[in-house]
Amino acid sequence: MSRINGDDVRHVARLARLDVTDEEVELFTGQLEAVLQHAQDVEALDVADVPPTAHPLPLANVFRDDEPRPGVDRDEVLAMAPDAADGRFRVPRILGEAP
Amino acid sequence: MTAERAIDIAAAVRKGERSARDVVDEHLARIAERDGELHAFNLVLADEARAAAEAVDAAVARGEDPGPLAGVPVALKDNLCTRGIPTTCSSRILEGWRPPYDATVVERVAAAGGIAIGKTNLDEFAMGSSTENSAFGPTRNPHDPTRVPGGSSGGSAAAVAAQFAPLGLGSDTGGSIRQPAALCGVVGMKPTYGAVSRYGLIAFASSLDQIGPFATTVADAALLYDVIAGHDPLDSTSVHDRLPPMVEAVRQGEDVDGMRIGIVRELMEGIAPDVVAQVNRAADALSAAGAKVDEVSVPACVYGLSAYYLIAPAECSSNLARYDGVRYGLRVDAPDITAMYSSTRAAGFGAEVKRRIMLGTYALSAGYYDAYYGKAQRVRTLIVRDFDAAYKRFDALLSPTSPTTAFAFGAKSDPLAMYMSDVCTIPSNLSGHPAISVPFGVGEDGLPVGVQVMANALQEATVFRAGAALEAQA
Repeated sequence: MSRINGDDVRHVARLARLDVTDEEVELFTGQLEAVLQHAQDVEALDVADVPPTAHPLPLANVFRDDEPRPGVDRDEVLAMAPDAADGRFRVPRILGEAP
Repeated sequence: MTAERAIDIAAAVRKGERSARDVVDEHLARIAERDGELHAFNLVLADEARAAAEAVDAAVARGEDPGPLAGVPVALKDNLCTRGIPTTCSSRILEGWRPPYDATVVERVAAAGGIAIGKTNLDEFAMGSSTENSAFGPTRNPHDPTRVPGGSSGGSAAAVAAQFAPLGLGSDTGGSIRQPAALCGVVGMKPTYGAVSRYGLIAFASSLDQIGPFATTVADAALLYDVIAGHDPLDSTSVHDRLPPMVEAVRQGEDVDGMRIGIVRELMEGIAPDVVAQVNRAADALSAAGAKVDEVSVPACVYGLSAYYLIAPAECSSNLARYDGVRYGLRVDAPDITAMYSSTRAAGFGAEVKRRIMLGTYALSAGYYDAYYGKAQRVRTLIVRDFDAAYKRFDALLSPTSPTTAFAFGAKSDPLAMYMSDVCTIPSNLSGHPAISVPFGVGEDGLPVGVQVMANALQEATVFRAGAALEAQA
């Protein structure tokens, strides 16, 4: 039984904001299928009454003192950005209308 | 040539008997001689290392103690942030990026007098078991350059094995310290989750990632562990427990009299016979040293691989969403922002990273979350419970680190075959427990075999003690 087809892979790629070529769609369809096939052993287990573990440590929420302290330097951060202007990251058009 | 121990180097530098500058120059000379062939490093920090060594020597001359790593070169995996120094994760998407801060472990190594000698190669974003997934080309195994060094921390493992640095730092999400340590014939240790701060480690799977040491001896690994471990307010998952110095645990180490050690039956299945033979020999050696060795079953271990390859890709797909061409790294220009995101990510990520992002996005997507990610998290509970039961009867557990010795380049081009390389190491990541890989004998091909010792949460002293006992018998 095949659980994944090319349309699923294209849909997931859109969700992940990842352009994929036709060759990649074909390749990933088979490979994701193989991994999920392997995961059938987990899928088949009845664990409805077992609580999930999200994290290995029994951690409560962690707070720190609410004291001002220096953060990373803005100019140093922006110097590493692909594009910046006026102290901000600059990005291509977000909304539909022309600039 | 026997590798020089970090403990001896630091002792000599602290006493002024050796200059840190000489130590660094000797290691840089070895790198210059052989790293063209091995490619352990993405970047060698020759000038910075020499300057740091001179600062250590100046401190000694002033009568100050530079610290327990005085003058010891340390190879840093290139997913650890180094302020102002390129940090790539061996990915095109971060090529040229220079972090605005140091990882906590990088700060602690420097504060202890250690010398960052270079940034080491890895499978892109630490996803892989051979270093073949690096965007900058693979690392070669110093024992046999036609074989992989393992991964994902293959560069740090190879650097320590080739004596480019006595110590290395790696990260271990599913075995990425222990498996390359085994394949390169060095010691590699994954601490308890939360024992070492992850601040400044570029995230892959946040509930599994942990930083740990590489060294040529268990005592040297303990030395580096003692420097990097301890609470850090910058990592909210950092534990508050104060552990005793592991260097002391190792000193008592060869004494395993009465220690109860269980060989994990499930992790001895599907393993190459020459590796099984060495694990059995290790068990006999521990038994001869006074340990009580028996077989133990940890049944849920068999689900580890499946659970891991749902949980880790899910967390990776979320963590790697930040590489979108906006704040750092690569950007591929496009007329609107969604097209810019999608084309940047298509150009910047390699095949394995894309595969895991796709798998994780699928496992988290509407209609599949409960069947895959949710279920994998419940299986994680089963694994923790089975380990808890085993640790009622045993102090430490024993298994192979890797199912085989180092394999040839291209031997595992099928992703699932590669994923199987982590079958023995993954359970400790899912449970958050400490584990070490210690070289023990060789396989039929003459290449190193690693034996893994695991223990309960925060029982690193047990791991180091049993590791030292194994080393003494190897």
